[in-house]
Amino acid sequence: MTQPLTLFDKIWAQHEILKAENGLSLLWVDRHYVHEGSFQGFDKVEARGEKVARPDLTFGIADHYVPTSRGRVFDDPSLKKMVTTLVANTDKHGVMLMGLDDPRQGIVHVVGPEQGLTIPGLIIVCGDSHTATHGALGSIAIGIGASEVSHVLLTQTFWQKKPNRMRVTVDGQLGPGIGAKDIALSIIAKIGTNGAQGHGVEYAGRSIRSLTMEGRLTLCNLAIESGARTGMVAPDETTFAYIKGRPFAPKGDDFGRAVEVWQRLPSDPDAEFDREVSLDGSAIAPVVTWGTSPEDTLPIDAAVPDPAAVDDPDKAKQIQGALEYMGLSPHQRLTDIRVDRVFIGSCTNSRIEDLRAAAAVLSGRKAKVPGLVSAGSTQVKHQAEQEGLDKIFTEAGLTWGESGCSMCIGMNGDIVPPGERCASTTNRNFRGRQGPGARTHLMSPAMVAAAAVSGHLADVRPMLQGRA
Amino acid sequence: MEPFRQLNGVAVALRRDNVDTDQVIPARFLKISRAEGLGGTLFHDLRFDANGKPRPDFPLNDPTRKAASILIGRKNFGVGSSREAAVYALVDAGFRCVVATSFGDIFAGNSVNNGLVCAIVSEEDIEKLLSAVEQTGRAEVDLEAQTIKSGNYVVPFTIDPARKTRLLNGRDELDLTAQYKDKIAAFAAKDRAERPWAVPRG
Repeated sequence: MTQPLTLFDKIWAQHEILKAENGLSLLWVDRHYVHEGSFQGFDKVEARGEKVARPDLTFGIADHYVPTSRGRVFDDPSLKKMVTTLVANTDKHGVMLMGLDDPRQGIVHVVGPEQGLTIPGLIIVCGDSHTATHGALGSIAIGIGASEVSHVLLTQTFWQKKPNRMRVTVDGQLGPGIGAKDIALSIIAKIGTNGAQGHGVEYAGRSIRSLTMEGRLTLCNLAIESGARTGMVAPDETTFAYIKGRPFAPKGDDFGRAVEVWQRLPSDPDAEFDREVSLDGSAIAPVVTWGTSPEDTLPIDAAVPDPAAVDDPDKAKQIQGALEYMGLSPHQRLTDIRVDRVFIGSCTNSRIEDLRAAAAVLSGRKAKVPGLVSAGSTQVKHQAEQEGLDKIFTEAGLTWGESGCSMCIGMNGDIVPPGERCASTTNRNFRGRQGPGARTHLMSPAMVAAAAVSGHLADVRPMLQGRA
Repeated sequence: MEPFRQLNGVAVALRRDNVDTDQVIPARFLKISRAEGLGGTLFHDLRFDANGKPRPDFPLNDPTRKAASILIGRKNFGVGSSREAAVYALVDAGFRCVVATSFGDIFAGNSVNNGLVCAIVSEEDIEKLLSAVEQTGRAEVDLEAQTIKSGNYVVPFTIDPARKTRLLNGRDELDLTAQYKDKIAAFAAKDRAERPWAVPRG
């Protein structure tokens, strides 16, 4: 009898070219996504005077530095240079580029699945920590650094130590208004930002199965915030239906053959994991972050923690520091925290369902604070406009922007001003993440919409009553 | 890449958990090329206030730690963004070793590609080291023996054996891969035949 294998094991074995004596495996890469920030990797290729090994498996996408709130106008030449450098690098090496003016442009982790480039059973890498997003389709997707980017550009391979296997099971019926973001943040709150360090995580259970592909993308996107090497969901009918007919997806007989292979990918029933964690999906509430780490997550009806109640003095000092940075007091109710602006976007929550969820709350209501809505891709933007969502956002008083990484990381100049507080659908509430001195509260798109119309952090559930 | 064996140098203690790479180097500095040098951006927004004035209470601003090459952190150092520039900023500022109880996976991988040692010590030992370094201002790292000494304390550290070897010999990963060129080509040909669907259409 053959040994039962996990989803991760099966894909790993298929891609392992060799295992060296030092325990590292040399792995084949099926897709390498590059963006403006990959310039350091191209610089290393240049320094060696070599060429990209497999331009046909390398895809350039402009997202980190593209303008998103003022049309497509650069107001800083150094930002424009980042985009033109990507054009020059991809052009020189014959790599396809979905650039600023391309109708397929968007955030790399939105565009890959949307274009059918990301499919099950692959190894996918990108010089971006949120690459695990692509694992939602049942692939091993790993974020890498610039040296590794150059290694993949030059060899289409990279070295990895096989991570331990971890399964996070979420069972139970999710309550109304609860989204993948609430699940993901609740997992991080439970296991901590290093809870999955050194592990490849498979998300399983009925709550996960019931998620749409877009919800699964949000869930896997946040795997890195629990320290995981990658996050993945086994491919199923939801996955196959999502992929079929997308531009770069297998077609005709190839698609049928691929589905046969993909159906054999899910973990065998008796497969063993090095670590198991489980959550009750029915107990998950809408959550927000209060501090400066994604693990600083609490249900919306909770209060700000008190450092005086923490035994470890360094930990208490750290909480105290976070509260000072965030401008909060111990025991303050989360729903009493006023916000200055909102942001809906990023590789975490900018897909069409995210925009629909926010619009369902904002429809017929006015935002009390300004905000930016940045669709995850130009295609999502067009679809939202066809559905009239852009009108709902603008009539509520929010700015309808272009697609890109935008205010999640502020590299394109769209920042949260110093000291301002932002309710945000993004992935990191680190100090200064959305701009120097910016205060970020992470939450789902529906919860950001609730904060926008309330002017403070708020429970979205009452606002959904009587609405679809 | 310069091989790493032993290092006896100025050490600085940073008593913080979860130091993310956005703190190590804020995103707005990521446009800077390596050739320009990133040392000045290290911990920029923790080191300097909004007016660019050094914050006196930040350990790296202590004049006696100016030449520090060893950084003692706490839990979960280098989490978050994959930006290798976080490692460039540390290396360009003169650091050759970071000690913590755990590291972000991508950060640790990037470090070994730039000759920066990520040494993992126990929670008990990190507290001893932090206190010792705050007093003595110095530490000695022995990669071969996997020990760190400061004052009267000698603590063991762990590091992945493959990473240790690469740091000791200073070899570039690409040179290692080059010897498997034929194996990679054979794999690619076989894989293409086995998984025709894996090639992007369009």
